[in-house]
Amino acid sequence: MTASRFSPRRLAAAFSLGLALASGAAFAANEQYFPLQSYRVGPYAAGGTGFFGGFIDYMQLINARDGGVNGVKLTWSECETEYVVEKGVECYERLKKGLNGAPAAATNPLSVGIAYATLERSTADKIPLITINHGRTDSTDGSVFPYVFPLQLNPYSEVSAIVNYIGQQAGGLDKLKGKKIVTLYHGSPYGKETIPILDILAKKYGFSVTHIEVPHPGTEQQSQWLNIRRIKPEWVILRGWGVMNPVALKTAAKTGFPADHVIGNIWSNSEDDAAPAGDAAKGFISITTHPAGTDFPVLKDIDKQVVKAGKGNLQDPKRFGNVYYNLGVVNGILNVEAVRIAQAKFGKRPLSGEEVRWGFEHLNIDNKRLQELGAVGLVQNLKLSCADHEGGGAVRFQQWDGTRWKVISDWVQADRALLRPIIEKSAAAYAKEKGITPRNCAKES
Amino acid sequence: MFLSETGQFSTRYADDRRVFRLRQARLGIVALLAFAYLAVPLWASDYWLSAILIPFLVLSLAGLGLNLLTGYAGQLSLGTAAFMAVGAFAAYNFQLRVEGLPFLASFLLGGLVAAAAGVVFGLPSLRIKGFYLIVSTLAAQFLVEWALTKFGWFSNFNPSGVITAPPLSVLGVDLSSPAGRYLLTLAVVTVLFVVAVRIVRSDLGRSWMAVRDMDTAAAVIGIPVARTKLLAFAIGAFYCGVAGSLWAFAYLGTVEPHGFDLNRSFQVLFIVIIGGLGSILGNFLGAAFIVLLPLLLSNLGGSLLSGVIAPGDTENLQKILFGVLIILFLIREPEGLASLWRGLRARARVWPLRD
Repeated sequence: MTASRFSPRRLAAAFSLGLALASGAAFAANEQYFPLQSYRVGPYAAGGTGFFGGFIDYMQLINARDGGVNGVKLTWSECETEYVVEKGVECYERLKKGLNGAPAAATNPLSVGIAYATLERSTADKIPLITINHGRTDSTDGSVFPYVFPLQLNPYSEVSAIVNYIGQQAGGLDKLKGKKIVTLYHGSPYGKETIPILDILAKKYGFSVTHIEVPHPGTEQQSQWLNIRRIKPEWVILRGWGVMNPVALKTAAKTGFPADHVIGNIWSNSEDDAAPAGDAAKGFISITTHPAGTDFPVLKDIDKQVVKAGKGNLQDPKRFGNVYYNLGVVNGILNVEAVRIAQAKFGKRPLSGEEVRWGFEHLNIDNKRLQELGAVGLVQNLKLSCADHEGGGAVRFQQWDGTRWKVISDWVQADRALLRPIIEKSAAAYAKEKGITPRNCAKES
Repeated sequence: MFLSETGQFSTRYADDRRVFRLRQARLGIVALLAFAYLAVPLWASDYWLSAILIPFLVLSLAGLGLNLLTGYAGQLSLGTAAFMAVGAFAAYNFQLRVEGLPFLASFLLGGLVAAAAGVVFGLPSLRIKGFYLIVSTLAAQFLVEWALTKFGWFSNFNPSGVITAPPLSVLGVDLSSPAGRYLLTLAVVTVLFVVAVRIVRSDLGRSWMAVRDMDTAAAVIGIPVARTKLLAFAIGAFYCGVAGSLWAFAYLGTVEPHGFDLNRSFQVLFIVIIGGLGSILGNFLGAAFIVLLPLLLSNLGGSLLSGVIAPGDTENLQKILFGVLIILFLIREPEGLASLWRGLRARARVWPLRD
């Protein structure tokens, strides 16, 4: 036997060298760290590169224009998750300690699966877990989930707003009786999250709903759309993600279902979802919390200070200001605002995750603040509290005209009063299962 | 010199049949176990424990399950992840629906349910072989994933189909810290590896190898081929099932059916092929290669290349590099890392002389 090329000693040396490099030297700095569990490869790369591009560019803007948040510079590093749960967990564990002494403020995995898997870890490690526009619905109840924030729009609100819009189109929610709706959902925790609430709404308003799953990643949907053609629904709610969306629109066209009766949800609403489908996407309607566009002052600032300076994070500059990118900017604004609010209480220094959590819980974005941020129309009014970790719950509808999105409705509010008891019940069940004593929100400051 | 067997005589048959015949090897294994049980939980960071060592151990165990089935009994299978899923979801349901069931008992029961599933999907092996058998185990993969998604009962009607692990405690000791979960995994893995070593050296193991090498000949010398094959499926699936429970409960703390998709089956298959078919040690080596190397590359890429190359490109570079390494290893050593290890050991025995 001759097998000496790979000497174990050499391998071991290489390995320890790698880990030594990875752990890095620790020194204190006046910096606040954002661990980014990003994804830039795989079937969801369009979402990942856009979102994290916008997020990073906004942080770069804060550093370049304002010199950080009250003098505390923002810093970040990325770890690729590919939207895969165990990679996301690995990244979480790798990054949670902070970077060069800068403490981690919050994690933003942008994946429901990863959020589920790191939910308990985040709570134990006291690092806020931000799931903007997605996440686990009952985490809206902050008394049970102190560290989890489905900001702006949780999945139940999203569906409720869509049903309200369909009701508007029909001439009133009472006209929904007897209508047929199909939801085509992504075969993942994210996709399934809204099944129960749709069933509840269907019962309440008397429409019928059929749930059809598209397995990950969703590149083949012929049988699902043939099934839809057989059912002949009035509306199809597309609860897609990534490559599944354009495929859905193309297959809809092929099977003769009109695109203007397909309503895309919050993760089926970007240029990258509609444009690849070409003509098949014309007329496609979707919801959004944050319109695309580059006319907002904050985006102009990013363009001037970051992109023009050659530091923009996007590889394709044409994507600047698109839906995913703007969501990243919105997410950046909300994260930075939370840090700012927490600094007002705890002092102008790098904060621990626990302190930043307080900031998130006291987020209060009103019109005046939006004006100052240069984000009027980009971010909705948002007020969080101990009991309410969502804060918004409104969406606008937009339609694809073949080249761009056009906003076609005013803000449509979800029926949050209807949803609240369902959320509280689910959160209470979780608390019981896990043996958590909910916080008393009346006593929280 | 260090591995010299000079002066070590077997005076009894029992000595001769030992797993580790060399005194140095026995000392080595004791030192290794002491290190793994005592030193690691004391000194390893959370990151090492919960992001590297636990998945490494769990995938070694899943690799062992497949290795018993494929490496020893010669039955090709792509249903590994399906068996893991059955184990995980069965353990979850036992824990949920049987009041006061000890934690480890539900692992065991989960493993037994997976074994039953293994037997069912192993039935085609009585008639078909090789690639055709792969296709029929592939059916297990899709059927199980579909059934777990389709019927909400399996995930206790959780809307998103995700199960969350109940609190981990054994005999009143809370094991939910990273070190606790590591020790739980390590203990289960150690016990099952010891059992596996005994199995492959027993009658059954020898029957498996006979069937693997040529089942007609095995039948001629009186080995009950059908029973042997089905036992291989049952035991292999049991190991995978327990690995699935550990994956769900000790590693992620939550799991959805799609966490056990075809990619996971392939991952375990690669562990076995790279580690070495028909080897116990190979499962650890293969799991180390498949789990640790991408992490090392990603850590290196993150620190060395950040700022030089766009993050998306570093990621793709790592994939290319990892693929190249797999090809290189397989060209150098088609029989897997375990064979590399055997070679090194053979050289160490005569070192500093040359063979």
